[in-house]
Amino acid sequence: MAELTYLQAISDGLRSEMRRDDRVFVIGEDVGVYGGAFKVTLGFQEEFGSWRVIDSPLAETAIVGACTGAAMMGMRPVAEMQFADFVSCAWDHLVTVAAKQRFRAGTPVPIVVRLPSGGGFSGGPFHSQNPESSFAHIPGLKCVCPATPEDAKGLLISAIEDPNPVLFFEHKHLYRRIKGEVPEGRYTVPFGKARTHREGEDVSVITWGAMVYTADEAAKKLEAEGVSVEIVDLRTVMPWDREAVLASARKTSKVLVLHEDTRTGGFGAEIAATVAEEAFEDLDGPVKRIAAPDTPVPFSPVLEKAFIPQVDDVVAGLRELAAY
Amino acid sequence: MAVREAEPVGSLSEVREAGLDREDLLGIYRNLLVTRAIEERGHILYKQGKIPGSFYTGRGNEASAVGVATAMGPNDVGTPLHRDMGVHVTRGVEPWRIFAQYMGREDGPTHGRDGNVHMADARLGMIAMVSHLPAMLPVAVGCALAFRIRQEKRVAVGWFGEGASARGDAHEAMNLAGVRQLPVVFICDNNQWAYSTPTHLGYAVEHLADRAAAYGFEGVVVDGTDVLAVYRETKNAIEKAREGGGPTLIESQTLRMEGHAVHDDAFYVPKELFEEWAKRDPIERYRTWLRENAELTDEEEDEIAGRVKKLLNDALARAEESPQPDPATLLEGVYATPEDLDTPHHK
Repeated sequence: MAELTYLQAISDGLRSEMRRDDRVFVIGEDVGVYGGAFKVTLGFQEEFGSWRVIDSPLAETAIVGACTGAAMMGMRPVAEMQFADFVSCAWDHLVTVAAKQRFRAGTPVPIVVRLPSGGGFSGGPFHSQNPESSFAHIPGLKCVCPATPEDAKGLLISAIEDPNPVLFFEHKHLYRRIKGEVPEGRYTVPFGKARTHREGEDVSVITWGAMVYTADEAAKKLEAEGVSVEIVDLRTVMPWDREAVLASARKTSKVLVLHEDTRTGGFGAEIAATVAEEAFEDLDGPVKRIAAPDTPVPFSPVLEKAFIPQVDDVVAGLRELAAY
Repeated sequence: MAVREAEPVGSLSEVREAGLDREDLLGIYRNLLVTRAIEERGHILYKQGKIPGSFYTGRGNEASAVGVATAMGPNDVGTPLHRDMGVHVTRGVEPWRIFAQYMGREDGPTHGRDGNVHMADARLGMIAMVSHLPAMLPVAVGCALAFRIRQEKRVAVGWFGEGASARGDAHEAMNLAGVRQLPVVFICDNNQWAYSTPTHLGYAVEHLADRAAAYGFEGVVVDGTDVLAVYRETKNAIEKAREGGGPTLIESQTLRMEGHAVHDDAFYVPKELFEEWAKRDPIERYRTWLRENAELTDEEEDEIAGRVKKLLNDALARAEESPQPDPATLLEGVYATPEDLDTPHHK
């Protein structure tokens, strides 16, 4: 075990897969000489050469479309969107081509698209979004949102191994802030298996990505007030671990769904609806959602703080639920 | 780098130089007839109410499709579109499966999960198109990228129409292919009408092949009613790409001889234009060429036509027997399993 940052863990996972499997290649803007905007692929081009660490033109459609073609020809492409926001330019190739090709034409498309996502540092409307719910809604795509360095590496290796198009949402605010023990060598973390970040008895928080840490800080405050909070980290939102969520709901009888994406139509709505449908008899209060408001991500630090769910927002929500 | 306008193909000796013997020439004729016959029979099926949804044909584009596909090597791959039935026929898709596809039956290449020409047989190196044109161009470029990374001498062929040339995918795909000098050949089926939109409302250059210069490779304009010229130009482009010479853009000029789809009577196309292009029917043109240059006899013609008729009759009967897909299978195949990767493509 070594202590790595979340970013180092992603690099470690990607590098180890590229060493193991010469079908794996990386393509994206500035991923080669520059090592990627966030330096995830720093040093990769020296090791693997310019035909496996490909600096592409500024063209997300071509990047993801070309990955689809290369995957059909037996490669295992890993594309980098410089920011998750830019995946909108590749929507057609994920949603129209890659997602549907297995179902309608029998052709698997094993690609990974890495998406530096999330806000917290004044990236503004175009460098801060969390678009996972848009893609989780598309049958045929998988969406991965790791919270810890260990998961980031193991889930990335699973993503590369998976025979489907996988969107790998890396939260930028975790890149250098979060460190943790990461096993050396190759291991996988399965999709659709949630992780209990914190055991508790009174209220469940269902969340993923950077919000796991926001929930954790809130849980510590509630603990001082005698409220025991369970935190379920989904790890992957498609597929998502319904059983783990329902088990936690039945255990605590109170559920708060928390995400950094905006509220309306966010993936939390699907979770809340499922809990209401499947665990209604076990609930002692309404299923509560805390999410960003339905606005574009604002630039000013003051406004952004009002936009992204804060620890105090979660504390208030937990208190409200605990009171039922 | 000016665009080159390809000469028509002349004598039999010129054709032999391009790598075709007399058997090949008769095979091309047969494929042209099969292509047209499939679409004519499809029309009848549609009118009989046996084809759900809409129905699209490539009438007028048969020579272009067959010519390109004949030039492809067995390990080359491609992304043919809705006017390119001749590509599927030439690559060896059995006509009964195409009829089953039209009718949404279990034995169609997509097993009723997609319709009309949204199909491909991966074992024959083909990739099924989507409706969003020209989304298949970046995909074709990606195939070429895989070949380049692995240093295989294979070529990808990507099709688009003059209508789809307006969309960004075409630009991004050609630009990436040009930058990396990838082994890909772009075929623009320019049939002059994007649904009801004429060329002057779609693009402002004289020839779409002119755009190749902007991406750093060669552009060629070819008469898409001349199957042998299409073959020769594509063959040259494919072999150039195979040897590391980079992409080529071939603009194949035809007229879409029917509406966009079966519901469209193409009232917006001037009648004189149809009359003019009807005189240049690609199959009649080639038949005449074979009689004048390759001693095609009445007996041979009858024999080929008879075989095609039988093939199609049998195909229709077999397709009509194909079962409807089972609704209980609806949820299957949304996600691939590791076993699905065990395909010729993915190996």
